[in-house]
Amino acid sequence: MMATVPTEYGMVLAAVLFCTGLVGLLVRRNVLFMLMSTEIMLNAAGLAFVVAGSRWHEPDGQIMFMIIVTMAGAEVAVGLALIMRFYHLFKTLDTDAADTLKG
Amino acid sequence: MLQLLWTVPALPLLGFALLALFGRRLPRAGVSVIGAGSVGLSAVASGLVAWGYITQTVPAAYSQCLWTWMEVGSLKVDMILWLDPISLVMILVATGVGFLIHVYSTEYMRDDADYARFFAYMNLFVGAMVVLVLAGSLPMLYLGWEGVGLCSYLLIGFWYDNADNARAAVKAFLVTRIGDIGMLIGLFVLWFSLGTLDIQPLMERAQLQWTPNSAVAVAATALLLCGALGKSGQLPLQVWLPDAMAGPTPVSALIHAATMVAAGVYLLARTHVLFDLAPAVQCVVAVIGAATLLLAGTSALAQRDIKRALAYSTISQLGYMFLALGVGAWSAALFHFMTHAFFKALLFMAAGAVILAMHHEQDMFNMGGLRRRLPLVFWTFLAGAMSLAALPLVTAGFYSKDMILWSVLSSPKGGFLLWAAGVVGAFLTGLYSFRIVFLVFFGEEKGHASAKPGPAMMIPLVLLAVLALGAGFVEIPETLGRVALFSSFMGVHAAEASAVLGEGTQQVLAALLALGGLAAAVVLYLLRPGIVKAWVATPSGAALQRLCASGWGFDALYGMLIIRPVVALSSLCRDDFMAVVWRAVGICAEGAAAGLGRAQTGRLRFYMAGIALGAVVVLALVVLL
Amino acid sequence: MNAVFYIAAAVAAVSTIMVVSRSNAVYSLLYLIVSLLSVALIFFVLGAPFIAALEVIIYAGAIMVLFVFTIMMLNLGPQTAEQERKWLSGRAWAGPSILVAILMAEMLYVLWGGDHQVEGRHIVEPKEVSVALYGPYVMIVELSSMLLLGGLVAAYHLGRRVHGDGKEQQP
Repeated sequence: MMATVPTEYGMVLAAVLFCTGLVGLLVRRNVLFMLMSTEIMLNAAGLAFVVAGSRWHEPDGQIMFMIIVTMAGAEVAVGLALIMRFYHLFKTLDTDAADTLKG
Repeated sequence: MLQLLWTVPALPLLGFALLALFGRRLPRAGVSVIGAGSVGLSAVASGLVAWGYITQTVPAAYSQCLWTWMEVGSLKVDMILWLDPISLVMILVATGVGFLIHVYSTEYMRDDADYARFFAYMNLFVGAMVVLVLAGSLPMLYLGWEGVGLCSYLLIGFWYDNADNARAAVKAFLVTRIGDIGMLIGLFVLWFSLGTLDIQPLMERAQLQWTPNSAVAVAATALLLCGALGKSGQLPLQVWLPDAMAGPTPVSALIHAATMVAAGVYLLARTHVLFDLAPAVQCVVAVIGAATLLLAGTSALAQRDIKRALAYSTISQLGYMFLALGVGAWSAALFHFMTHAFFKALLFMAAGAVILAMHHEQDMFNMGGLRRRLPLVFWTFLAGAMSLAALPLVTAGFYSKDMILWSVLSSPKGGFLLWAAGVVGAFLTGLYSFRIVFLVFFGEEKGHASAKPGPAMMIPLVLLAVLALGAGFVEIPETLGRVALFSSFMGVHAAEASAVLGEGTQQVLAALLALGGLAAAVVLYLLRPGIVKAWVATPSGAALQRLCASGWGFDALYGMLIIRPVVALSSLCRDDFMAVVWRAVGICAEGAAAGLGRAQTGRLRFYMAGIALGAVVVLALVVLL
Repeated sequence: MNAVFYIAAAVAAVSTIMVVSRSNAVYSLLYLIVSLLSVALIFFVLGAPFIAALEVIIYAGAIMVLFVFTIMMLNLGPQTAEQERKWLSGRAWAGPSILVAILMAEMLYVLWGGDHQVEGRHIVEPKEVSVALYGPYVMIVELSSMLLLGGLVAAYHLGRRVHGDGKEQQP
């Protein structure tokens, strides 16, 4: 079961997913959605690695993806804990509420 | 016993470390035990070392090499302790008198908020002094030298929330620093000329390589002398010592008796071999000593503040020591240093007891009649004053001062003029020391004295009073039955030179003048105080009084000659071209900070957009270039 | 098999767009799971079956469950969705969309510079991956364990209950 699509197509899909995630990250004010957008971007980066790995028949791309998954797991755990803390503190999930670092 | 030598400096330094690190958390009793106890143990250790030294089968100097401090090229500096009679006497005095002062301080500083800090500094002070004294090499000596300088700065400015105290501390630091620079250059000259900085090899090489009065000998010793002048408060660097009275009274006692000012005398005694090779510089030392003792003696006469009067008397007595060093009688100088340490520590601590009883009143003209209120303080102070005034036969000061005067007269390097200065100084000493006694303890009661000092203050006073009277009997001149424990211990033999006056004659003259000073004080300050008042009221008397009170106007002179030109020059340089450049840097930085500060919105999405924009730009650069 | 790739890619793109544009968090999450599953399919098609399994198990499974728990604990009601809808006005989309469009264009430009290779693909077996992972990449395994431990400690610390005065309490 093998596909013969050009490598570029896989890369383009990764770019599309990444950009969609970036738009979400920039547009949304709800910190929960921002975290989801981050996940999308991480996943897109992982896709790019796997596509590249499959282009050169190397396992390295897949190992990189596994590292990204590990990182995403840790990041989500900490991020969600932060969101809980954030909600307790501000009673909202609006990131613009947390602007006490304004210079 | 001698192996214990390293504990003598180590114990006070350990006490300092403990107090500096944990002092705030310790209870006051703990601080007292560590502070006084470490110096006390150090005194015990030096006592044991002294016992070990004296009971050696063959008396020989003992050295203990601890570790190598630094090794650069051919320069190898060891942390080496060197024990010989000179350093033995010095550590006994520094730790012994230092311990008594510490015990006294436990009561004197009882109510101070910074109790632990005080004892930490005091311990460091004693430790640095012991390092200085025991140093076997000049860089190590210099380490201790700077250590006592630092401690004097810290302690003079101990009550730093008063700006005057802080200024006095800075002044002491800067003035002694002028001397220290000279000394440092002197060390360079010695290294350059003789190729070693270990003291004993240095002395041997100097004797072999230097011809007397050669340029290098004169230069090196003159530079060393600079350092000694600064530390020991001699002309022309004496201005810091009276102002050093800003510190707590035990500090004054420590600075004036056991540590700091003795460092200069010690340095000259330690390197006396070098000075013997530079008679010209020795002559300068003697002249400076004579001039200082007269100048400070007259200044002491006009002081109102009891501590300043005592400070000038210290300068004057140090002048005697320099006079002795100048004529090559370094053992006499050390003997006087020892007795001086006893009676000057006693005088300062008794003065401290008076000041405490008078609720921090220091003006002698607001005191009086304290003889009945504080009898024990009176008797101990009187013992100190008698010893300071060198009243014949019964006081230690008499024997040491007599030794100096006789050396000055009999030594070929001395002479009649120097001796005359010393004898006039003896008269002045008698006059000003009993002026203090009569003003403070006799006459009608003016202030309201309270708070009798407790045992922690009185026991050191009594012990020191005994020493101030009795310590002189280790060295009794030939005319009175010759005991020469001290000078034979030092390894010198009294000069048998014949002089214009016989030894007995000059003793009688000096004693008479000291008694004359006492008599004059009795007349002027006890029986007929009107004479002085009337004389001060005349214009010439008032002018002279002002001159003496200001220490012969040296502060004003330096202010005019040095400080004002420097200040004028620096204010002139304030707005030069380079300053504009630096200011421009500041303005640019401020503007940039204001601009960048606006970017700090505190909004997460704004930052994220910044990152995305950065990615776009970087990628565009990659694509386009 | 090419058709599978294109369909899965289309599903992934569309569902991802839905993730970022929904106002209800639960809907968003469901779309995100769809997106992840379709990416898993793409991995499978590209010859990385092991990674496809990992994507399903860890990403679409474990991590998404965390999100679900959080949404449940925050107890976001309908007024939050209303709030979201208000925030997602047309003007809010404009700036980021332009910025990201430029980025996209740049990336496409870079990608089109390469060679278009359409040769047959090769399945990278899980065995190969594991040999490489525990061979030259063993240090990264160790680092990952440290990272996960750090994440664990941080999440535990941050997850404690906080009182109004900011003082922390043992959970």
